[in-house]
Amino acid sequence: MEKLLEVENLTKIFTLGSVLSRVKITAVDNISFFIRPAEIFALAGESGCGKSTTARIIMGFERATSGTIIHNGRREGKNEKVWFTEGIQAIFQDPFATFNPLRTVERYFFETIQNYRLATSKQEAIERIDAKLRLVGLTYDDLAGKYPSEFSGGQLQRISIARALLTDPKLIIADEPVSMVDASLRMSIVNLFKRLRDDFGVSVLYITHDLATAYYVCDRIAIMFRGKIVEMGTVEQVLMAPKHPYTQLLRASIPEADPARRWQGMIRLSDIEQDEYLRQGCRFAGRCPHVMDVCRRVTPPQFDVDGAQVACHLYAEMPRSDEVLIASQGQ
Amino acid sequence: MGDAILRAEALRAFYALDIYGKTKIIQAVNDVDLEIRENEVYGIAGESGCGKSTLLKALAAAIEPPLRLMGGKVVYRVNGAEIDVATLSQEEKRRLRMTYIAYVPQGSMSVLNPVMRIRDTYRDFIESHLDVRQKGEAFALAREHLVELGLPPKILDAYPHQLSGGMRQRVTIALATLLKPRIIIGDEPTTALDVVVQRGVVQLLRDVQSRLKNTIVLVTHDMGVHANIADRIGIMYAGKIVEEASAERIFGAPTHPYTRYLIDSLPRFGDKTPRESVPGSPPSLANPPSGCPFHPRCPHAMEICKREMPGFTRVAPDHRVACWLVGEGSYGKAA
Repeated sequence: MEKLLEVENLTKIFTLGSVLSRVKITAVDNISFFIRPAEIFALAGESGCGKSTTARIIMGFERATSGTIIHNGRREGKNEKVWFTEGIQAIFQDPFATFNPLRTVERYFFETIQNYRLATSKQEAIERIDAKLRLVGLTYDDLAGKYPSEFSGGQLQRISIARALLTDPKLIIADEPVSMVDASLRMSIVNLFKRLRDDFGVSVLYITHDLATAYYVCDRIAIMFRGKIVEMGTVEQVLMAPKHPYTQLLRASIPEADPARRWQGMIRLSDIEQDEYLRQGCRFAGRCPHVMDVCRRVTPPQFDVDGAQVACHLYAEMPRSDEVLIASQGQ
Repeated sequence: MGDAILRAEALRAFYALDIYGKTKIIQAVNDVDLEIRENEVYGIAGESGCGKSTLLKALAAAIEPPLRLMGGKVVYRVNGAEIDVATLSQEEKRRLRMTYIAYVPQGSMSVLNPVMRIRDTYRDFIESHLDVRQKGEAFALAREHLVELGLPPKILDAYPHQLSGGMRQRVTIALATLLKPRIIIGDEPTTALDVVVQRGVVQLLRDVQSRLKNTIVLVTHDMGVHANIADRIGIMYAGKIVEEASAERIFGAPTHPYTRYLIDSLPRFGDKTPRESVPGSPPSLANPPSGCPFHPRCPHAMEICKREMPGFTRVAPDHRVACWLVGEGSYGKAA
């Protein structure tokens, strides 16, 4: 099985507070996943679950405490960033913060072309920019000499994507790309990811809290909770038949756009978030309706449940994911 | 559902900005007629920059420069008597605020004073609105109210930063409902929250509403939240209400082309059929298109759409649409 990007046992620990009252928060706790070529992979969860930290580590903005990132079979080294970023480009959440309001938008394009030496003349550069802009439904003339304030949020986000495509990346890391875009324009961005995958074989790491768009656009999904991946599998497996109690809660909490199917029953919320990071064993144990004794003591390993990986003691009789992996490699 | 408790008549509220000696007018609320009833949850939906927050400000009688009331009026019905908000003095408005009409904002962190315990915020609030002499009395009142809403009273001793975002937002809602207001106005109260927490907050709002039998006016762009809580929904586009109906009809039989796009573009679980977003970009309110403001993006636009704004047509009981496709009426009058 070909893997475009592989993340192995990634951990990131932040230290908070002064010397006297030091608290260690494990923002990302020993997570592993991989992305195949031409695949949209979602990393989903609530705020503070570590999804953005994971993305920042992959993009090189943050150093991992431990763990490795393997891109195209090469390990990410310290001094060879260019080959790495050429293959992986990023799109950020807030399109208005991405662009400096005092610079014309086209300058970002020329800068990228210069940094990666993608063209030898201005004419060639403009042709390349125009070709990429056409993929997102714009042209170079639409943007020549204009400032970010002259575009809507949806347009700027599409421009961001076109800029990312300049280097012909194999993977785009999109950190909440639609959460700041109006609902009426969201689908135009999401559909663009689909087209990039289907027509150009580009993979996308789609980081989101919006499970409905994740279901619509993604192939596989990993649900994170307080730094851990609690469930991973295809979107059909994870979102249509969630196994982990947290995924079940998350899935049931999505407001469905149907007045006939309103939320029933009550839910419990955590009062103080820090407790959940510092908790021993399963971090969902404080709110889980199926909590057992073992949950409070032992961190659950990932079990293989109908093809999805679920980190929950409820499935203790199922084979463990690492054993399944070893068995399949042995064949 | 009862009688109208809050009415807007041909309401127009514009921002007048003075930029280098040139006056720029932003037509944020342009000719809005609304009738919000007792004991209902009225949702207002629309994209950012369509004027929905400005409409709320006008409804809450919180019009302050650069926002100006350019025409029309907002009418409250207090104890059976109708009051035109524009005629009230500052002091009278202050007295109505929180006891008659309360406001829940989006960012709870900017409401709660970060250097004051929740308890002190409560005391401030109670002392400025109620005639309470004793410190302990205000405190007991706050504690009682929190217990009633199912929130742990120990949070009174906490500072805002010690609470989670969802808890903070629920404290804000508790604060807004302390004096049992007849109308609660919520400006995207759940937008900054996670889905699970959002569900908890919507749960609390719904709970409060069914206990007090009052009115909630809720602005959010999240159609899922509207589907979950609203009884009636008004769809706003470029400063105007373009469609209004019960939640069931907005989701089941959307009629305005904009509403249809809005509903059809929502991703749903178990359904991967391709979805389209609305073509084009939202209009600028400083320079809105002529006629129907949606015509540059509308696939069904006709000649008349470019010239004249359509009036409301009643397509069903309690369902009105402002679109030339469904016939004509005179704009501004609920036909």
